[in-house]
Amino acid sequence: MIGMSKIVKTIANISFPLVIIYGLYVIAHGHLTPGGGFQGGAVVASGCVLILVAHGSSWIFTKIKESHLSILESLGALGFISLALGGIFTGTMFFTNFLKGTNFLFGTIPTSGAANINTGGTIPLMNFAVGLKVIAGLFVIVLVMAYATSQKQEEEA
Amino acid sequence: MTRRDYTAVIFLTLVAMFLIFGALLMRPFGTPEEDAMDQYIIDNTQQETGANNGVTAVVFDYRGFDTLGEATVLFTAVAGVIMIFRRLKK
Repeated sequence: MIGMSKIVKTIANISFPLVIIYGLYVIAHGHLTPGGGFQGGAVVASGCVLILVAHGSSWIFTKIKESHLSILESLGALGFISLALGGIFTGTMFFTNFLKGTNFLFGTIPTSGAANINTGGTIPLMNFAVGLKVIAGLFVIVLVMAYATSQKQEEEA
Repeated sequence: MTRRDYTAVIFLTLVAMFLIFGALLMRPFGTPEEDAMDQYIIDNTQQETGANNGVTAVVFDYRGFDTLGEATVLFTAVAGVIMIFRRLKK
């Protein structure tokens, strides 16, 4: 049997969606509550690694390839850099918060105290980009390492 | 005791003295020497960036270039790991 026992697989399958939802919450509320793209991405990547440990890396490789995750990570990096370049194209500097103060996406400015989620300018979008990058990056590191070492063990046995 | 033991005791004492004097010379918690920058960020973050979370505002707005470097470090780490472990798995 590939992976761990049936008990571990069942518990991992139950707790996987909860971990993913919590991580996505931390990413999406990065400009309001403690957390952000890096922290939420680490949480989501930990959930993916939980599934990887429970089911075994060769089962994961039938579902997803590491090249797909590399593409996701590059998309996150490109989104981050293009959001930063948007500051130049709208007439000011690199990393200018060009969406702040407009009535477009995430544009409103909070007055005081608690704010709604539609604030922050480019900060939530940058959180999404960095979150995507961290999810794909951390997961592909663990996935490639686990797959390489598992092949080695099978050859030795 | 051999000469090596004496050396170890002397170095241990030096390190312990360094740490103890460092701990005695620390200023009390929450009273930085220079707090003009902290107060500026606390006062103006909400108006200047539109974000309520001051830490995220510093990371992604005031010091965005530093975050770009962090993302590049992560990208380089992923590229290096894939490059090393692709060889191992045929």
